[in-house]
Amino acid sequence: MGRGGHPSPVPVVSRILVLRLVVVVVVVLGLNYIAWRWFFSLNWQAWWIAVPLVMAETYSLVDVSLFGLTLWRSQPRVAPKAAPVGTTVDVFITTYDEPIDLVMITARHARDIRYPHQTWLLDDGARPELAAAAAELGVGYIKRGADWANRPLHAKAGNLNNALMSTSGELLLILDADQVPKPEILDRTLGYFDDELVALVQTPQLFGNVPTGDPLGSQAPLFYGPIQQGKDGWNAAFFCGSNALLRREALMQLGITGYVAEVEGEVDAALRGAHRVIKRALRTVPKSNEMMHAALADVAQAVDTAKASLASGESLSRVTYALQRRVAEASRAMVAVDVHLLAQDLRAIEEMHGGGGDPDFMMNIDATVETLASRDLSPLGAVESVQTLLRSIDVDRSGEAQPLMPLATISVTEDMATSMRLHGLGWKSVYHHELLAVGLAPEDLGTMLKQRLRWAQGTMQVLIRENPLLQRGMSLAQRLMYFSTMWSYLSGFAAIIYFAAPIIFLCFGVLPVNTTALQFFLRFLPFMVANQLMFAIAGRGVSTWRGQQYSLALFPVWIEATTSAIANVFFGRPLTFIVTPKVRGAYRPQWRLITPQIIVSVALVLATVIGITRLLMGVGEPIGTAVNLGWAAFDLVVLSVLVPAVRYRGFDNKQEE
Amino acid sequence: MEFTVQQLGQGTAVVRGEGRLNMVSAGELRETVASTVAGGSARIVVDLAAVDFIDSSGLGALVNGLKTARQAGGDLRISAPNEQVKLVLQLTNMERVLSSYPTAESAYAND
Repeated sequence: MGRGGHPSPVPVVSRILVLRLVVVVVVVLGLNYIAWRWFFSLNWQAWWIAVPLVMAETYSLVDVSLFGLTLWRSQPRVAPKAAPVGTTVDVFITTYDEPIDLVMITARHARDIRYPHQTWLLDDGARPELAAAAAELGVGYIKRGADWANRPLHAKAGNLNNALMSTSGELLLILDADQVPKPEILDRTLGYFDDELVALVQTPQLFGNVPTGDPLGSQAPLFYGPIQQGKDGWNAAFFCGSNALLRREALMQLGITGYVAEVEGEVDAALRGAHRVIKRALRTVPKSNEMMHAALADVAQAVDTAKASLASGESLSRVTYALQRRVAEASRAMVAVDVHLLAQDLRAIEEMHGGGGDPDFMMNIDATVETLASRDLSPLGAVESVQTLLRSIDVDRSGEAQPLMPLATISVTEDMATSMRLHGLGWKSVYHHELLAVGLAPEDLGTMLKQRLRWAQGTMQVLIRENPLLQRGMSLAQRLMYFSTMWSYLSGFAAIIYFAAPIIFLCFGVLPVNTTALQFFLRFLPFMVANQLMFAIAGRGVSTWRGQQYSLALFPVWIEATTSAIANVFFGRPLTFIVTPKVRGAYRPQWRLITPQIIVSVALVLATVIGITRLLMGVGEPIGTAVNLGWAAFDLVVLSVLVPAVRYRGFDNKQEE
Repeated sequence: MEFTVQQLGQGTAVVRGEGRLNMVSAGELRETVASTVAGGSARIVVDLAAVDFIDSSGLGALVNGLKTARQAGGDLRISAPNEQVKLVLQLTNMERVLSSYPTAESAYAND
């Protein structure tokens, strides 16, 4: 990986021109192919496979076109200015359950970063041993406070948000517990913040524990390279959770605008639904309880007043304060009546026993009224729905540990959601292509799959909750850059069709494409060749084939991510946040992890046998059979990426040396 | 930045600061408000008359203080913001939440 500003061997300008030319060729050939597929070669007799197939192909063309748009501006950056003197920086190391030794290695390297800074361990595991180790090393230690008890923790986003409130550096360097930073990490990146609109500088994530061949596809040379550089060209480089610098002011601004939007939304929704809630409550209160009826009527009136004053432009704090006061007043009145009656009874009892009205025995009426009228003990609280309603008509976001949540909590991939919002507010981001921290990748297939699932789930949550195409504030290209990554996670559905189509032809002779071999190859081959050429140029000598294989071979993961994200967002089902263990377990090949892929592979092999048999028996059509045999073989080669992955025994240093 | 607290009676207190209310001084403001509320004065006015600059961390401290005061049954109000502060309140939409009063004394005049 070259340093930011070093000239590449090929002149940069000519390389980008060649790349753009190839992108145009790919898109034009792709459109030519897909138009022919839709309008001239669709086999409507077998629409049940023909239509899904052409849809899958259209999906892929959109994917490739978005990739082309990314590559359009994919260039290395000019090295930034030297780091300015006197910037205050907090280095945050987020940890949850990683081994203490591993965290402390990162902490020591973080402490030894050359540029003056303050290092903090953000321990979501609240481990006393880690606190002690931090103190010994001379780095700060932060854990969640009491405010977080019984409230949503928001995983890593919550951990960072918590730390933001108790630190004060202008910039933050975020590191995962297993990302060991180099001493020059700040010197090399701080210069970008000279531009006051830069909110984010992301550097690559590479892993030191990956053998040659990278069986689990851990390294992402295409993403931390041409893709991030391309997004950067459109001012849309993503925040990827670690090895990144963020500007506190930008995050706090996100926190503030988010707070205002949340409070407005909550109050608005509560006021709109208020009458319904009160009416329902009135029905549950017996008619004889006149006092409660009166109090609820009072609340209803207070709600109307609040609505009217909000409509007239009054601020939320004034409106909610007035409302809360009025409700408190109503509660107090109710309690006062009760307490006075009680006091009277007590006095009567006293007198019956012939006592002299001992003043100490008498209750302090005022204090009792105050206590009983307080929020939690108020008689209105007896009607729980009304209590909940009143709680939400306030500006304190009492359901959250802290009112400001600068890092987005709408997704388990808080990073992508946060950078999208930063871009929406007009901030800039930078991708700095230089290895400045070395991490640890999962060392077994199960952990790797869990990690991929989490990334995909998080990405889908963002797509559903804050579809980038609908976000104001971002340019069209920025929206497409975010959308492109989300779109690529839908590949699981297309993959199923790409596996099914050759099986269906070889077994049953059903051809989804209605054409001659010549017509097909004339349109398909040029597109395919140009496409692979584009990947080859974009990859700059780094093979991108493994990435292409994994994007199809992990189809069950992508599908599960999509369905579980939908279930989560629309039906409130929980998405578990899986923290990937960084220590190796006992080795045992986990074939069951890839059961769907094994079934597909067996089906492809059987289909191949059946197809050849049909051909030999004179039933199969020769050219169609040949094409589909090739296709099935391609599918098997794609899936074969999983064999070394399942058999991988973890990283062995000695073998590598 | 040093913050001073002046008691106005009836559980009302004025918190005053001077200079820049930014990420450096935000923590102090938050603590000052918290201890004032804990000391029994939940009706807070943050007087910004002598504050010449505020950033998002400063606003964050105001929001935190608002939450602290509200949870104690009180309120947090601001008074006498200068043009820069008003502009920031406007740009972040914070003016929809917090309205400002001309002077610290007038903040609770009608309550």
